[in-house]
Amino acid sequence: MSVVVAASGVRMGYGDTQVLHGVDFTVRQGEVSCVIGPSGSGKSTFLRCVNGLEPVLGGSLRVLGEEVGYTMGAGRYHPWTPKRFAAFRRNIGMVFQRFNLFAHQTALENVACAPIHVAGRTPAAARELAMRHLEQVGLAAHAHKRPHQLSGGQQQRVAIARALAMEPALMLFDEPTSALDPELVDEVLEVMKALARGGMTMIVVTHEIGFAREVGDTLTFFADGVVVESGRPEAVLAGPRHERTRTFLASVL
Amino acid sequence: MRTEPIISPEGRPIPVARPRHWGRLLAGTGAVLVFGWLVLLLVTNPNLDWSAVGRYLFDGQILAGILVTLEISVLATAIGLVLGVLLAVMRLAHNPVLRRLATLYIWFFRGTPLLVQLIFWYNLAFLFPVLVLRVPFTSVGVKWDTNEVMTGFTAAMLGLGLNLAAYFAETVRAGIQAVDRGQTEAAYALGMTPARRMRVIVLPQALRIIIPPTGNEFISMLKTTSLVYVVAGHDLMTNASQIYKSNNLIMELLIVASLWYMLMTAVATFLQGRLERRFGSDAVRLVRRSVTGRMFLPKVTA
Repeated sequence: MSVVVAASGVRMGYGDTQVLHGVDFTVRQGEVSCVIGPSGSGKSTFLRCVNGLEPVLGGSLRVLGEEVGYTMGAGRYHPWTPKRFAAFRRNIGMVFQRFNLFAHQTALENVACAPIHVAGRTPAAARELAMRHLEQVGLAAHAHKRPHQLSGGQQQRVAIARALAMEPALMLFDEPTSALDPELVDEVLEVMKALARGGMTMIVVTHEIGFAREVGDTLTFFADGVVVESGRPEAVLAGPRHERTRTFLASVL
Repeated sequence: MRTEPIISPEGRPIPVARPRHWGRLLAGTGAVLVFGWLVLLLVTNPNLDWSAVGRYLFDGQILAGILVTLEISVLATAIGLVLGVLLAVMRLAHNPVLRRLATLYIWFFRGTPLLVQLIFWYNLAFLFPVLVLRVPFTSVGVKWDTNEVMTGFTAAMLGLGLNLAAYFAETVRAGIQAVDRGQTEAAYALGMTPARRMRVIVLPQALRIIIPPTGNEFISMLKTTSLVYVVAGHDLMTNASQIYKSNNLIMELLIVASLWYMLMTAVATFLQGRLERRFGSDAVRLVRRSVTGRMFLPKVTA
């Protein structure tokens, strides 16, 4: 299986605070890679580095065959322009903790937005495509509602449909259920499970250990800006090798 | 206030007396007396010729002036809004040159009196006797006599419009910054360039926040146009002053002009109320969605 994300020694920080102290991480095509860890461990920051929302300061981060943010030319790496970043991100979908739907657009317009304004489809074709994706997440009946008229779970499903409408090769989930009321978590997880069964390559930063156990191909534990351990979810959950992992799992399970 | 009688323990309804607010009554009566006395002083003033007010209220020159005042107000507000959005986007740009130029513009136009700017534009011919618009290094182009172009009207439109842009840029900037930062990230994550994100996601939402204050800007502009009289813009104030300079009915014509300004303000206030009802709820929701305390809506005055 080909490698989609290959991180080695990735370092990142803001000013004097170092957030990532050399992260090694690999995701292969079709894999569902779950990431857990205490807050402030750098797992969300790492996810944001993968699609270039945060700049990497050291190490190497290759995503979909490219060094994120740089193109090799004449023996040197040249930094990307905003336009180049935009072209790179077209192939990577991202789902945020706070949904981040476009507040002035209906659910349908949210999903159709990128196909029209990024992929250059005609509005009619984009709306048809958007409707198909909304059906997929079970929200066709709510297509013409604005985000504030939808529940958190529905908003997050629209956000997933919006990301999928660009037909990405990789999906990033940044704590997709953390901002949801407990009874709304399952509807979002169901959509993600269906996506995983369909063979989508996914990185899921989550606190849902049950989801990681059931759907994940790998489970990675982040703490203090490094990967503490990584492996098959059932193996990591049943027999964590590091003390740090044991104390974390004891506190969340 | 309670309208039903209180039921006593024995089951009898007992009426409740109306409360008396003696303090309120006293303050209200006093204020009415003072206010009424001031109005009476004006109305019964023997030096004021009220029939002249009536005569000039619908005078042709006054009505023509109202039309010009409205034209200048609308055009200057339009220039101010468009240029204000441009300046706000420049101020928030990553490009340090654009950012500083916008800051410089805003500083200059807010830092110099509007009266100075109006007179400056009106007298532009002293600096540039002719205005030429030409394709560089060719003879293809057009040429105007500055004195013909820079009438009181154009000077007023430019002066007021460029000035408003400087003030309005700050309002727009606040509106742009009020749009939830998460939506910008979502737009980037979907593959939008910064410019497209601004046009498709941020500005449509910022405008909903900005539109209600534009009503205030327009109302303010209606009256600021009276400054145009220094460059003889043939607006309401200019025409009123021309009449009183010939017949010396200064107070009467000021009253005529004021009545019209008040009417225009009342109409504009009514329209603004409708505008706010149309966009206000959206604005409130967008503002509430924003995350940090950095967000503020600028205070505007009518």
